[in-house]
Amino acid sequence: MKPFDEYSKQLKNYTLQQQPDPYLPVEEYFTCQVANMGSVMLPLLNGWYVHKDSHLTRYENGVVAGSLKAAIQECPELVDAHLNQLAAEDKDDLTASNETQYTDGIFIYVPDNVKVPQPFQIVSLVNSREDLLVQTRNIIHVGRNAELSLIQCDDSSKYGKTFLNIFTGIFLEENARLHYYKTENKEAESLLFHHINVYQKRYSFFLSNAITFNAGYVCNNIHVNLNEPFAEAQLYGLYLVDKTQHCDNRIKVLHNCPDCKSFQLYKGIMDDDAEASFHGHVVVQPDAQRTNAFQTNRNILLTDKAKINTQPFLEIYADDVQCSHGATVGQLDDEALYYLRTRGIGERSARKLLMFAFANEICQHVDIQALKDRLSDMVQRRLDGELTICDQCMMHNADNGHLIFPIDPTKL
Amino acid sequence: MLKIENLHVSIKGREILKGVNLEVNAGEVHAIMGPNGTGKSTLASVIAGKDGYDVTEGNIIYKGKNLMDLSIEDRAREGIFIGFQYPVEIPGVSIANFMRTALNEIRQYRGLDPLNGAQFLKLMNEKKKVVELTEKLSNRSVNEGFSGGEKKRNEIFQMAMLEPTLSILDETDSGLDIDALRIVANGVNQLKSPDNATIVITHYQRLLDYIVPDVVHVLFDGKIVKTGPKELALELEKRGYDWIKEEYEQRKLS
Repeated sequence: MKPFDEYSKQLKNYTLQQQPDPYLPVEEYFTCQVANMGSVMLPLLNGWYVHKDSHLTRYENGVVAGSLKAAIQECPELVDAHLNQLAAEDKDDLTASNETQYTDGIFIYVPDNVKVPQPFQIVSLVNSREDLLVQTRNIIHVGRNAELSLIQCDDSSKYGKTFLNIFTGIFLEENARLHYYKTENKEAESLLFHHINVYQKRYSFFLSNAITFNAGYVCNNIHVNLNEPFAEAQLYGLYLVDKTQHCDNRIKVLHNCPDCKSFQLYKGIMDDDAEASFHGHVVVQPDAQRTNAFQTNRNILLTDKAKINTQPFLEIYADDVQCSHGATVGQLDDEALYYLRTRGIGERSARKLLMFAFANEICQHVDIQALKDRLSDMVQRRLDGELTICDQCMMHNADNGHLIFPIDPTKL
Repeated sequence: MLKIENLHVSIKGREILKGVNLEVNAGEVHAIMGPNGTGKSTLASVIAGKDGYDVTEGNIIYKGKNLMDLSIEDRAREGIFIGFQYPVEIPGVSIANFMRTALNEIRQYRGLDPLNGAQFLKLMNEKKKVVELTEKLSNRSVNEGFSGGEKKRNEIFQMAMLEPTLSILDETDSGLDIDALRIVANGVNQLKSPDNATIVITHYQRLLDYIVPDVVHVLFDGKIVKTGPKELALELEKRGYDWIKEEYEQRKLS
């Protein structure tokens, strides 16, 4: 597998798609069949927001959600400051490319004191016969004392090779809470880069839980800026990779002020020739006293060829802090295997039980019960080899084990 | 049911069992006693099939089959159950899921249909009563965060679920307070039948006040050096193991 930087050079091999008809009647393609989730769907097709009625929806409680491009036109006062702040950040090749080339993306604005009752769900489908480059930019703003749960499903069809480069800016005001769940269900030929910048104010809470089920190459970058005291970030991730897949998680948490907390737990199972890496970097600035920062990365390698590079990394300039880091790479616990087998459970089943238990710990950090059950079930079936990507999405309705999307919505 | 003949077992070249002979029949309860480090737990591990134990001589015949030919799981499926001294914690695996998987794999081995969810729950609720296991406990991960007493109750609960024909309880009484001991022992007694047998491995007479053995064996220096009725346990409690050692040394000399 090539190093991260090599990928930016490949961008030119992909074509950027022009805007499809924005008023496509695409509801039936963007149905999530996960029961009882009651989510509000925010559809992205090849990076463009598509909806049959409106580009930007203003809800009664003051929430604004829809296309980022539309929001820049219709409510610049809510967007511009955030875009400007992102423009001032240091960039690598891919984030710079995103800034100049992004076509569209999702904008969500939750006003102060609004607790959004139902989760919002971004479903980002990439479906093309060409080798497609998709550049998406999302801006999420959660106001003072406001709350939002956000689900993001990144899915693709089997048609062409795709390069998806997403940038998400998240702005949490004082005492805001955001739960951000991601599932990554991409075809084996797809590349997915998702860079998330989070800016947290006083007493705000951010939870990210990213589960990578399948993709050719996935890179999840999260940069959390704890900018005011008593902010807290919890970051979870699970990567289940096999064949020649590759998954990177690169985390950077900046403790810029005192009394903040950060917590990272990432787990992975690597099979066949798959590779993964975890790079967790916590920086505790000189005046960030009474910081609590913990990071853990645990891995199971199922074959001799599978590979994990893990680098938990603490950089501490304050003296009154509690920080820990740890990484493990190993096989399953022999004593536990023995115990299960003495109860009549065959070795293969015993291994599966233990692997599921290992992976399912990450699914426990989901507050939406229907989503938690769904993710647990998907993890189980992924480990059983019965499923590689979410089969409850119209995109992936499986037929004879092949993925079929009979109508190419770009041709509608 | 179980016949152990001249069993010699080594761990990493060191001989632990030096010619054990033991015969256990259906309907019997045997106690194996003895000081620390004489091979009691080794005997349980060899019967279970744990890796790292080399049988250098002798045989273990169970229901007419040579146990050494069977995998760990197949021994369990044939009806052997080990109650562990230190049950391992398995975070993330619920007791219910664990037991359902075990029970259905055993049933499959025996050519029976798997239990469906409702049948399984009914069985589990029934068997929980054997050791007064609470609802809360059965939804938790296997042994995770359990107290010593809860772990041992969970062992006997599993025994009740799997209905083994031969149970070997390794130091089941260690670390139990008197109430937990009573519950665990009551559980074992409820499960006793003319068709199954139990081997109780213990240091102390205490457990045998509750689970009354038919035969008591003393394991010393890798061999069973004395066998007697249940009164032997009481004598050991009174006199300790020194006189057994002396008797054994004298026999060795002569």
